[in-house]
Amino acid sequence: MIPELGHFALIVALLLALTQAILPLYGAQRGDFTLMAVARPAAQGQFVFVLLAFVCLAWSFLNNDFSVLNVAKNSFSQLPEIYRLTATWGSHEGSLLLWVLILAFWSTAVSVFSRHLPEDMAARVIGVMGLISVGFLAFLLITSNPFERLLPAAMDGNDMNPLLQDWGMIIHPPMLYMGYVGFAVAFAFAIAALLSGKMDVAWARWSRPWTTVAWAFLTLGIVLGSWWAYRELGWGGWWFWDPTENASFMPWIAGTALIHSLAVTEKRGAFKAWTVLLALTAFSLSLLGTFLVRSGVLSSVHAFATDPARGAFILGFLAVVIGGSLALYAWRAPKMVTGSGFTWFSRESLLLANNVILIAALGSVLLGTLYPLFMDAMGLGKISVGPPYFNAVFVPLMAPALFLMGIGPLARWKEASLPDIATRMKWALGVAVAVAILLPLTLDGFKPWASLGFFLAAWIALAVLVAFADRLKHGQGGLLQKLSALPRGFWGMQLAHFGIAVGVAGIAVVANYATERDVRMDVNSYAELDGYTFTFRGTTGHDGPNYRAVRGTVEVSKNGKLMATLHPEKRVYNASGMAMTEAAVRPVVFSDLYVAMGEQLDEQGAWTVRLFHKPFINWLWLGALLMVVGGFMAAADKRYRIALRRSEVPKHVAAQGA
Amino acid sequence: MKRWLPLVLFLVLVGFFAKGLFLNPREVPSPFIGRTAPAFTLPLVGDANASFAPADMKGKVWLLNVWAPWCVSCRREHPVLMQIARSGRVPIVGLNWKDKEREAEALLERTGSPYVAVPDDLDGRVGINYGVTGTPETYLIDRAGIVRMKHVGPISNEVWQKRFDPKLRELGL
Amino acid sequence: MKPRHRKLALIAAVVAALGLAVVLVLNAFNSNLVFFFSPTQVANGEAPTARAFRIGGLVEEGSIKREKDGLTTRFVVTDTARTIPVIYTGILPDLFKEGKGVVAEGRLGSDGLFAASQVLAKHDENYMPPEAAHAIEQAQKAQQTVVE
Repeated sequence: MIPELGHFALIVALLLALTQAILPLYGAQRGDFTLMAVARPAAQGQFVFVLLAFVCLAWSFLNNDFSVLNVAKNSFSQLPEIYRLTATWGSHEGSLLLWVLILAFWSTAVSVFSRHLPEDMAARVIGVMGLISVGFLAFLLITSNPFERLLPAAMDGNDMNPLLQDWGMIIHPPMLYMGYVGFAVAFAFAIAALLSGKMDVAWARWSRPWTTVAWAFLTLGIVLGSWWAYRELGWGGWWFWDPTENASFMPWIAGTALIHSLAVTEKRGAFKAWTVLLALTAFSLSLLGTFLVRSGVLSSVHAFATDPARGAFILGFLAVVIGGSLALYAWRAPKMVTGSGFTWFSRESLLLANNVILIAALGSVLLGTLYPLFMDAMGLGKISVGPPYFNAVFVPLMAPALFLMGIGPLARWKEASLPDIATRMKWALGVAVAVAILLPLTLDGFKPWASLGFFLAAWIALAVLVAFADRLKHGQGGLLQKLSALPRGFWGMQLAHFGIAVGVAGIAVVANYATERDVRMDVNSYAELDGYTFTFRGTTGHDGPNYRAVRGTVEVSKNGKLMATLHPEKRVYNASGMAMTEAAVRPVVFSDLYVAMGEQLDEQGAWTVRLFHKPFINWLWLGALLMVVGGFMAAADKRYRIALRRSEVPKHVAAQGA
Repeated sequence: MKRWLPLVLFLVLVGFFAKGLFLNPREVPSPFIGRTAPAFTLPLVGDANASFAPADMKGKVWLLNVWAPWCVSCRREHPVLMQIARSGRVPIVGLNWKDKEREAEALLERTGSPYVAVPDDLDGRVGINYGVTGTPETYLIDRAGIVRMKHVGPISNEVWQKRFDPKLRELGL
Repeated sequence: MKPRHRKLALIAAVVAALGLAVVLVLNAFNSNLVFFFSPTQVANGEAPTARAFRIGGLVEEGSIKREKDGLTTRFVVTDTARTIPVIYTGILPDLFKEGKGVVAEGRLGSDGLFAASQVLAKHDENYMPPEAAHAIEQAQKAQQTVVE
């Protein structure tokens, strides 16, 4: 009964989404406040019913209801409870349901936090989000019903893909979707602005915190995915430029460009049309990512639902949503008036450069991701575009952007003085150059790309320092008082920029100085790597809840002192019979020691073993987390809340004035 | 007209995607359609001494259904196959693909067998020769041993009505 | 700056950035695109000897031989029509097995031995890499044409 209840709840949610879309949009066009008032309750009701459906599916998974096709395909009676719960979004159908749930969640959040918006603006934003909900709910119900029954019921399930049985994968999809779908809010704001023709500074201020929060979630989701791949795939890599990864990275690049362009629009009223276009692009790329992953158009190592019917549906939906919004943009954009001017060297011009570079980088990633498809479609043969392409294009493009990142926050709006900034950053340049030359000497030799990375990291970090020093020169009170008086927007930006510096430093080290060896190890034999001695102590049998494993013991010592004992595993999962390598990873100061087992070689217990030393990889995760915290902090800036309080009373005045 | 540029670029992209969908490797028509079904000889599930070869079916229209006990989608089509078997319209041979756990015999005893014969393709070699990329897949083979159509994925009542029924009529069944 | 000048500056910046991107892309495409060839194509001499490419097919039954160091593996990739001997040093992916689909990237030696630098993992036991499936299908098609 529970699955049928869930199915029914989805149908109700679809009806509510239709209501949420049609009535408020029509009402806003007609100026009918009664119809506009439908938006909020409809969005909230839709959320309740989607949540109910989601709970029903989770219940079916937790209770091993193998008469539900989705459960039988993706779960297993021996699967630990936590994975039975996360298997809810481990399948194509379930992850789409999660997508719809998060979209409904964002719609509800907008409905709650939009009291300060003019009624027609709020109605349009919620209405547009309702339209997107309609598309996805219809997609679920027509092509991917998560509650489809399997009769007669299966005796047991096929099990969740062992690779997904990891806690990085438990939170990666929800965070990623919070980001992907969060851009729907910025998209809805942009469409609402195009529909109403009111494209002002207030519009940028409203959509800015939403965009920043979505961006922070997306950052978190991407880094969790990367962290998962690093530990779980057993290859020691953290980014593969795989189409599925690119699918999440492209909206991130567009989103990064968008939050910077929004800053110009909010503060200076410039770049209006461009900002709107970016808002449309960021969400379009989220949809495109969904299409690429779900349709099987690109063969990727982890595209998990290849079904042309589904692909055709998403492509149609994509064409309507993106094509429609771009047509609306082309039609309405000329109405937007340009804001005040600025000189060739100003914060505006630097942010413009940032945007241009980011878009060029986005284009190169898009091209590399889709090129195999183009070649195939033209009958020019099957090719693959691998990491060398992306590294060769992406890194040189991003280097100037990172350099400008050091200057941008120091430059004044409208007109900045180059000599002034040069004076302030002179010593920073000197220190950064020194770091770039000297730091590699303490590591394993000079490498130009590593040096460039160190230079840029030091440059950005020092610029953050200079920015704080400038701010602290003025004002009263002690240092702590002054620091806490700084606006959260400033803190957030600097923290995120500092996070980039930390991440770039980590990448520069790990990409250039990581070492690995594949070795044959007899019991009690040892191998050397970067000054560490890895001693293999043999293997023992070890049974998990739903797998059998061979567990190795590897002792790692440095200068005769035991640093860590690692236990890599080779598992065979009971239901699927699939073999999987579970690498053992142990951080030692800033480095990771990483051991993965290959195959058993003889009766005496010799194995092939892969050893890694990954220096500073932790800085990568740390840098990304700083960016996430910075994003949330910036979104919590007081001025968004002041705007909220101030405009609570004169709602209709604001509507007229806007 | 630069503001129309994003839309134009996007439409070009959609064109390629549509083509890409059409090119989906799972939908590539089997090269065997209109050709002789590849020959093989395999032992039967439940009786390793007996064997099956496509030549045994010469003179009959028949279905070769590639399935496996571990395949959930195959269980979905099982009731439909049972109906077809009961109707007596066309015999079904069930190629048991990569059944390493040796579960096929017990499973068919429990659920009933729609098959006239169940050849045992333990190492999956025969399936691969037929171009099987996943289970279930079903081939319709005519009296002369020529493959007339291939269906990827489970057979539902709808698939049966829309795809198989017209072909069978053509063959006079 | 006047709006007209600003527009010019903007266009110049965009053109410069895109120009750089295009140069980088073309340069990278030239050296980094990896083409795919089936064993039959390799046997017919269609594959390049100067640059790396990918092959796909099935790992032939009984062909996996491990050398004494435990890390060097020799195996044969077949598309059911023709075969290529492959040598690879390193740890193979979990799902690398005889009779299963495989995709390998590397260079073809003058002795006809394919030295793989990378053997690609797939994430699902019952899923054939599309490139491998494609190679086998092509070979089957060719064989049928020859027979008739």
